[in-house]
Amino acid sequence: MELLNLTIKQLHKKLLDKEISAVELTKVFLSQIDKIDKNINAFLNVSKDSAILQAKEIDEKISQKQEISILAGIPMALKDNILVKGEKCTAGSKILEDYIAPYDATCVKKLKKAGAVFLGKTNLDEFAMGSSTENSAFKITHNPQDLSCVPGGSSGGSAASVKANECVFALGSDTGGSIRQPASLCGVVGLKPTYGAVSRYGLIAFASSLDQIGPLTKNVEDAKIVFDFIKGQDKKDSTSVELNSKKSNFNLKNIKIGLPKEYFQEGINPGVEKMIKDFIRKIQGKGLNIEEISLPHTKYAIPCYFLISACEASANLSRYDGIKYGKSNIKEKELDILDTYLKTRGQGFGKEVKRRIMLGTYALSSGYYDAYYLRAQKVRTLIKQDFENAFKKVDMILTPTSPFTAFKIGEKVEDALSMYLADAFTVSANLAGLPALSMPCGEIENLPVGLQIISNNFTENDIFEMGSFLEKIIANN
Amino acid sequence: MIDKKEVQHIANLARLYLEQKEIEKMEKELSLILDYFNLLKDVDVEDVKASFGSINTQGNLSIKEATREDSVIKGDNTKEILELIPEKENGFVKVKSIFNK
Repeated sequence: MELLNLTIKQLHKKLLDKEISAVELTKVFLSQIDKIDKNINAFLNVSKDSAILQAKEIDEKISQKQEISILAGIPMALKDNILVKGEKCTAGSKILEDYIAPYDATCVKKLKKAGAVFLGKTNLDEFAMGSSTENSAFKITHNPQDLSCVPGGSSGGSAASVKANECVFALGSDTGGSIRQPASLCGVVGLKPTYGAVSRYGLIAFASSLDQIGPLTKNVEDAKIVFDFIKGQDKKDSTSVELNSKKSNFNLKNIKIGLPKEYFQEGINPGVEKMIKDFIRKIQGKGLNIEEISLPHTKYAIPCYFLISACEASANLSRYDGIKYGKSNIKEKELDILDTYLKTRGQGFGKEVKRRIMLGTYALSSGYYDAYYLRAQKVRTLIKQDFENAFKKVDMILTPTSPFTAFKIGEKVEDALSMYLADAFTVSANLAGLPALSMPCGEIENLPVGLQIISNNFTENDIFEMGSFLEKIIANN
Repeated sequence: MIDKKEVQHIANLARLYLEQKEIEKMEKELSLILDYFNLLKDVDVEDVKASFGSINTQGNLSIKEATREDSVIKGDNTKEILELIPEKENGFVKVKSIFNK
């Protein structure tokens, strides 16, 4: 049905014009989930009844001619590490299998207020650690474009649900590329906002100096709409800041674009490289100023990122102790307090999460702190300085989002290091706190290729302008 | 790079019970990963300040100190939070004894 392909603006108009009711629209998406999610496995949980109730409220408002927001009645999904009061929130982990969220995340509160209809929770790598969604304790999500491939990760369920038209948009979280990389592999738009732009209150923490919540959508316009609803300062996240929503002075003629040469070197699939380079040549022909730049510390970004994120994760995940909430062995009488911790965590966490906790604990342990953690934080400074220097010369940076297209399910899951390299082009934006967006640029053998726009802090509006411009060129390709 | 004994020591610090099989696998995998991480040793970091966050190095984006008044406010989800606790008694969290009898 054609409704499934429509964008937020188009659906909003249909709701206002009473071509369709919010309840009918919600049912269209619920039946799409019914029909195809057995093949995709994007959802961990679908909240049918509450979705229809929410839609009914919107229909009442419409019939009473009350003003409604552009998101009112729009069906959406949430990555299952974002809390919705009264709903299960598992983070893809056995340790939270039966955890019922006691409050709403701030972004959920904002979306509820806007009247968006919450369809369900989407699959993810356990605690958002992974690049394929295969680390979920519950199911393997398939790429809607090719069911034998992974959707990317860790927000693989969110990306797949948008691509498969099981929702209009979804939220994900991005610590090292977890929104942009699955967006790239599935062929949808994904935004990682500037660090601090969106409150993380109610997001299950992975690595707090890197985590951001952002939208996965069908096009750039939708990403802007959703971002504008969820952004802003929140007393409950001390790192969040108010965005002075200054209008973008975006003028294509004056924009300078940088192409970092380090992103077109070793490790990139030749097909992806060619597609991005051909596209760059094409937009150069449209009068855009493009110059080669250098981000000299790029090759250190992966070890830098994995060290820092593992250290932060090992501290953040110490809260899962079997005492306060989550799976617990505390009722086993013969266990003392130490054994309770050991067993609860040993049985509750999956292998990738254990690996990261081990790495982080090792790097923070006495004797290794300086050599690993402190050194990584210094390299992080150099990576940030690379970008600061680049933004003295150019306004935006274009790169491929992922070095390769979607890979086969099972292909990398036994090789942790090769899986880590999937994030080679996305982790730097997290280390530097920068906003970055991935958008579909074309396909190679039926598999989507993503283009990444990285820009300076809090210039999301410029990214949206550039993204919309490029989207038109790509559509006419 | 890292041996079984060290893996066991780190697992204890991390409060993770690992099966013998897991320890063996962890030994191999962590060694490989840490070896790759040694790439960072090539970087000259003398006189470079550590970041500890993603705000930019010139400080013009520094996140303001976020403090609030230390006052009692009424929570609206005490019941939900208590329900999540695996072992409790009369509204208290129950833990195992921490002293040897």
